[in-house]
Amino acid sequence: MTEPIMELKDLKRYFLVHKSGGKQVFVKAVDGVNLTINQGEVMGLVGESGSGKSTLAYAVMGMYKPTGGRIIFKNQDISVSSAKRSLSLKKDLQIVFQDPGSSLNPSQNIKQILELPLKVHGLAKKGDLDKKIIDLLQTVELSPNYMYKSPATMGGGERQMVSIARALATDPSFVILDEPTSALDVSIQAKIINMLLKLQQAKRLTYLFITHDLSLMRNIATRVAIMYLGKVCEMADTVQFFKNPMHPYTRMLLSSIPVVSEEEEALKPQKVVSTGEIPSPVDVPPGCSFHLRCPEKTGLCTKADPVMIEAASGHFVRCHAYAKM
Amino acid sequence: MDNPILDIRDLHVWYRTYGGYAKVLDGVNLFVHKGEKVGLVGEAGCGKTTTMRSVLRILPESQVHTPRGQILYHGQDILQMNQRELHHVRTGGVSMIFQEPAAALNPVFTVGTQITDVIKYSGLSKQEKQKDNIKNLAMQAISEVYIADPERIMNSYPNQLSGGMKQRICIAMAIVTARELLIADEPGTALDVTIQDQVHKLLRGLVEKKGMSLIMITHSLGVAREMTDRIYVMYAGNIVEVAKSGDLFRKPRHPYTLGLLESVPKLTGGGMAEGIYGQIPDYLRPPGGCRFHPRCPRAIARCQEEKPNLADLGDGHQVACFQV
Repeated sequence: MTEPIMELKDLKRYFLVHKSGGKQVFVKAVDGVNLTINQGEVMGLVGESGSGKSTLAYAVMGMYKPTGGRIIFKNQDISVSSAKRSLSLKKDLQIVFQDPGSSLNPSQNIKQILELPLKVHGLAKKGDLDKKIIDLLQTVELSPNYMYKSPATMGGGERQMVSIARALATDPSFVILDEPTSALDVSIQAKIINMLLKLQQAKRLTYLFITHDLSLMRNIATRVAIMYLGKVCEMADTVQFFKNPMHPYTRMLLSSIPVVSEEEEALKPQKVVSTGEIPSPVDVPPGCSFHLRCPEKTGLCTKADPVMIEAASGHFVRCHAYAKM
Repeated sequence: MDNPILDIRDLHVWYRTYGGYAKVLDGVNLFVHKGEKVGLVGEAGCGKTTTMRSVLRILPESQVHTPRGQILYHGQDILQMNQRELHHVRTGGVSMIFQEPAAALNPVFTVGTQITDVIKYSGLSKQEKQKDNIKNLAMQAISEVYIADPERIMNSYPNQLSGGMKQRICIAMAIVTARELLIADEPGTALDVTIQDQVHKLLRGLVEKKGMSLIMITHSLGVAREMTDRIYVMYAGNIVEVAKSGDLFRKPRHPYTLGLLESVPKLTGGGMAEGIYGQIPDYLRPPGGCRFHPRCPRAIARCQEEKPNLADLGDGHQVACFQV
């Protein structure tokens, strides 16, 4: 259980944006992330849009080559681009994208969509293909007659199930879920999440679950990490995290969530008025990147970038307010 | 209580499609009093936006058929109005904020032009429409939505602003001239949770300050709880439950409301609910009787035959279900 399966060490991914004056300007989409994900875990990675969550996911998948730092998967350095990765590694790492409308080919039917990974990885003999596809559809609780449907004729929830089936086709051990339910309604979200958790148990999968929904993470993640402007600012076990949120940004996020009952209202930290917006990652403020919006900033915050410290056992936070103790 | 500002009665709206009529709205009843904040909640595709767009008659008229129903605005039926009267409602009575602020603003005009246009076409007198005054009104509206430096914003184009700023501009356009009713169609959905919180607070503050009525369309029960006094829950073109916001969350009665509430992930933890079986029906061939019966865990034979009407449970709490 505590065996690390994936380690990110000081992972960086910058993108070049040209600016006038001939000087090279970079967007630091992911800027020094350290993250360890253990075998069998559901790691929740939470952040606003523009915080670098998806860039991190794509770097792990090999869609982007990291600018710096290392990605270690099963004790093997995989910080290279996709082209240099072995086929067996690609089989072991899979991803489910946010929008099933655009991640499934509209001119293929479900059979063709699910066939491709099986063929690429040589996982089924020609005669067995249909049977294997029916099995896959059944693991995501879709009936076999979906085989010849096209994605356009299906609802958003069913499409996302197909995306999940496609990711599971290669029998991976590590799956990245990049906001798999944020485009869906809550009733369908609940169904898909339940299925994902069941599959995780049955197939002993490890999930990196990327989302902006903290209340969802409260219910399914084992650990939660919060990202802000390319850096992780707080990380802890889920129970600990929600009992004692430390970083001012986390508290702002938590107090912004609209909830449906009074018990939940009581759990929110005292109302932190949310102010300002996430700054452009081209122009990250000096010192702590959050200081422009922080209600508790001091003079130090505008000058020095805080380092990650372990404020309580297993509870990491990157804030000057906790460094003094 | 005084008469409602807006009173929608038994509204049916169908869309003409290649396969026949898509019978989306199936008898919607909804009213809003002066100064009231009303929520309209439901899943995607259940007809929330169709209902509200028909209030302003901004649905594509060639594709829409309204077999039955009335939309009374101060007792006058919007569906029967001529262009002149309709113009009057749109420019002086009801304004609307849309879900996607990037799509609601025209990319080729400056923000200033777009706001001043709203004033130019409004029902203000000639005197009030003098150039200086228009500019002042626009600047005032921009500062009312807490944007610093209105002068600079007036001269910028929408693509120079962030999503939250654009939505603030949309709100500014909706309140720049006096209106009685504001319809907000998921104003925070496209925004991040902290920005959404800011936009919602701003919206609520302005509505209260100006004594306007608000209809808030949202798919999020949490947002409706924080923003509104009274909530209509909608499923597949029907209102299935109406209650004061507090009552709805304390004692929800309709199986659909219960299912929705259970499906929301809670901050208190406790794992995930099962969700609601099935999906929104095909409007070309909607199920007979109660439209929710194919998905309902408590359906009985009667639900397939007969459509339940809203029954009063007292204190304005109404539910359309035979089992309650």
